[in-house]
Amino acid sequence: MDPSRKRKIRLVVALGAAVLLAVALVYTSFSASTEAKEPSQLLGAAPGTSYELTGKVVKGSVRHEGEGLRFRVADRDDASQSIPVTYSGTVPDPFRGGREIVLAGTVERGVFVGERDTLVTKCPSKFTTASNDS
Amino acid sequence: MTASLGSAALGLAFLTAIFAAVAALLGRDGKGRWVELSRRAVYGLFGLLTLCVILIEIAFAGDDFSLRIVQQHSSIETPIFYKLAAMWSSQEGSLLLWAWVLSIASSLALYATRSKLREIVPYATAVMAGIAATFTGMMLFAGGVNPFAALSPAPADGIGLNPLLQHPSMMIHPPMLYSGYVAFTIPFAFAVGALIARRLDAAWIRSTRRFALIAWAFLGLGLLLGARWSYTELGWGGYWAWDPVENAALMPWLMGTAFLHSIMVQEKRGMLKVWNACLIVATFSLALLGTFLVRSGVLQSIHAFGDSTVGPYILGLIAVVLVGSTALIVSRLDDLRSEKRIDSLASRESVFLVNNFLLVALTATIFWGTFFPLISELFTGEKASLAAPWFDRYTTPLAIGLVLFTGIGPLLAWRRVSWDAAKHVFFVPTIVAAAVGAGLALFTDAAGSLWALALFAFAAFALTGLAQEFWRGAAARRSLSGGSMPAALVAVVSRNRRRYGGYIVHAGVAVLLIGIAASSSFQTNRDVRLRPGESAVVDGRTVTYERPTVGVDRNAFTFGAVLGVEQGGKRFTLYPSRRFFRPTGVETGTIGSFFDGEATSEVGLKAGAGSDLWTAVQPEISRLRRRVRAADQGFRACVSGAPGTPPQCRAVSRLMRAAAVNPRLRPLALAQIDSLQAATAERLAKSYLADDVPATFRVIVDPLVTWIWIGGLIALAGALIAIWPARNARRGLAADTELEALKEAKYREIRDAELDHAAGKLSDGDFALLDAELRRDAVEILDRANGNGARAVAERTRPSEPV
Repeated sequence: MDPSRKRKIRLVVALGAAVLLAVALVYTSFSASTEAKEPSQLLGAAPGTSYELTGKVVKGSVRHEGEGLRFRVADRDDASQSIPVTYSGTVPDPFRGGREIVLAGTVERGVFVGERDTLVTKCPSKFTTASNDS
Repeated sequence: MTASLGSAALGLAFLTAIFAAVAALLGRDGKGRWVELSRRAVYGLFGLLTLCVILIEIAFAGDDFSLRIVQQHSSIETPIFYKLAAMWSSQEGSLLLWAWVLSIASSLALYATRSKLREIVPYATAVMAGIAATFTGMMLFAGGVNPFAALSPAPADGIGLNPLLQHPSMMIHPPMLYSGYVAFTIPFAFAVGALIARRLDAAWIRSTRRFALIAWAFLGLGLLLGARWSYTELGWGGYWAWDPVENAALMPWLMGTAFLHSIMVQEKRGMLKVWNACLIVATFSLALLGTFLVRSGVLQSIHAFGDSTVGPYILGLIAVVLVGSTALIVSRLDDLRSEKRIDSLASRESVFLVNNFLLVALTATIFWGTFFPLISELFTGEKASLAAPWFDRYTTPLAIGLVLFTGIGPLLAWRRVSWDAAKHVFFVPTIVAAAVGAGLALFTDAAGSLWALALFAFAAFALTGLAQEFWRGAAARRSLSGGSMPAALVAVVSRNRRRYGGYIVHAGVAVLLIGIAASSSFQTNRDVRLRPGESAVVDGRTVTYERPTVGVDRNAFTFGAVLGVEQGGKRFTLYPSRRFFRPTGVETGTIGSFFDGEATSEVGLKAGAGSDLWTAVQPEISRLRRRVRAADQGFRACVSGAPGTPPQCRAVSRLMRAAAVNPRLRPLALAQIDSLQAATAERLAKSYLADDVPATFRVIVDPLVTWIWIGGLIALAGALIAIWPARNARRGLAADTELEALKEAKYREIRDAELDHAAGKLSDGDFALLDAELRRDAVEILDRANGNGARAVAERTRPSEPV
């Protein structure tokens, strides 16, 4: 084989691998992803579908029940829209009323049932300009 | 005073940066005076920003709450160590740190190239100074991020630093990451300079390679410290979560890794010029993107980002960098043609190409996953995100491929490898890898995860191959100059720092990936609920909740557990605990306020070479909190002097009423209340011990996780060896001019070839051809040096020293 032909083959193989990877990435990411919803968007949610709930924990709503937690999560910008949540599993250190969280789970009879160990609480920011509100 | 002095210094720094950029551009066509002036201006910039940093640190150390930055991020009670580190926990302080580190790196780079790269330096200076001007300008003009913003009147105390951030490694971690991000500016600036000046040989790479390596090492150390902090401090037991902020730091690191490899191909073979230019542009843009992500609020992350005013500026800078560089590369395509072609697929340069492909694919995957919420919003209108399993699916095979090539690369010679040479170098590593793979599959349950098994076998291949390289290198050295084997090893490593430093980095990365594979595939993770006295068995270890502990101080309640562990006949005790902090910046409050602040986990960890036992506790405190609420109510009644309260209550309430009339009594009254409250808090906390309530424990048995940290440190040591200047440079015989640098590089190539030949990687015939060619090149360089009438380079040349 002459060298230029060889180079062309190499190029095609490399590009082919890149395209293959790109297609796989695009294809799997849309099916593997979970939609992020705020409480107000979950009110009419289909039961059984997995969502990722994002919002603010309502201050003073956190109750420990046995091994689990019960609290309400409200929209980030509208505290009047909120949904009750049950969750058990690890609770990250920064979790408390007023903090923003992300939690995977499903909606069952108007209650968001969190998946075990998926609770993510935003770190108190190093870069927020607002002071520590508690 | 500090505020006005600092603002003046910062304003002057901004003007100096602009002057440096303009002067550098005026000096472009060999007008040495302007170039000299611009270099001095960059040194001046370093001086001014140093002054700013010192002023801020003095303000922090001296509790000068008239500065907003100090008031927001420190308090009188903050320990001095965290006061000094609090600067970069703020938005404005972190920008100042960015600009300051950039001025350090720029000054060093310009000093190192003061008599080299005359065509390139002016443009590179303009790029570096332009970026410095952008960052100092941001602090001055973006609004809300001036580190010298003053508060008037000055408050008596500050808010304090968040307790979660008060962790030793967390306080070194941000400066490490920044230094990494920032140091990539240097190779980027010189690449741009080389493109504009059309000086596209490897001279700019030789002068900035060390900066790229330093950036890479800093960024790597920053990532490692962040992972360690997450593992020991965050109470979830993991070290990596594919969080956007983590990804933001990992991406430039991976791209930088690709860059460090492929520039070697340009240095040695004059190939991949377009590719290298693209890589450094991508690396620098990703570094800027990392800086941007933390300040934008674009993506959901555990690290909450304040929306801030600087986001658009950084985004604008990224856009300028990307568009400008792309236009520049496209317009220089003709000058970027390769000087040579790849001779054979079985050569080190083609392995580097494969490794580049894997690293870029890895970066692209992480990029896609990180920004998927934005992508999906664009296409479907819904923000959807990708979780760790999606990342793992792609990154696992790519990482395994990388480990394999980590092992193959060092075994191959440049240009071509003959069949005999290949047999000679691959035989032992292949046998060892097969034996390790088979042994693990037969005698352990490693076969439960095929990916992990493949990784272990490939890592065994890589480590054996690297050990063989060290062995043969030392043996070759010894056959030439005698001495003992260890002495020969030291000698061969110190004479070929780049090569062996790189090998040590490879070994460290292989060890680190073994740790990641083992701990992620074979972890046992259980949550158990135990009463004092009860036990649970987790993966063969008996964990007994012996008794609860409690501690109270002014700032926090600490609920802990004494855990007795029996593991294979050995006993030890762990003390996990959970601390509830009072919100900072509150003068006095209720006892209940302890539960309104931050809570942090102190992990009970028994680290071991085989596996770690990791424990965290979640105390059951609902009963205690009911009592606290009742006590707070009683306390209010007490202070208000309600009938039926004990005598010391009446004394306090009288004092309070007096303080309402006479403000000078107020501190006394508050102190009274404080001590009463402290006594109550202590009594209440102690009552938790008597509750005899169960606590929830997370117990993790994490195999080989320690090797992640050890591997990371090995890699760092390797990077240090590679960065450390060669003996000549340390003696002040640094290659001052470009021609001398070129000569040094050629000598090194000759030594490399000799070493490869001695280690059996080059056949006799290939070596003879290569050596002759390299020596021809060297003679030509010497001729040029003498012909140019440069300093008598020939006097200082020496015949190439063996190995």
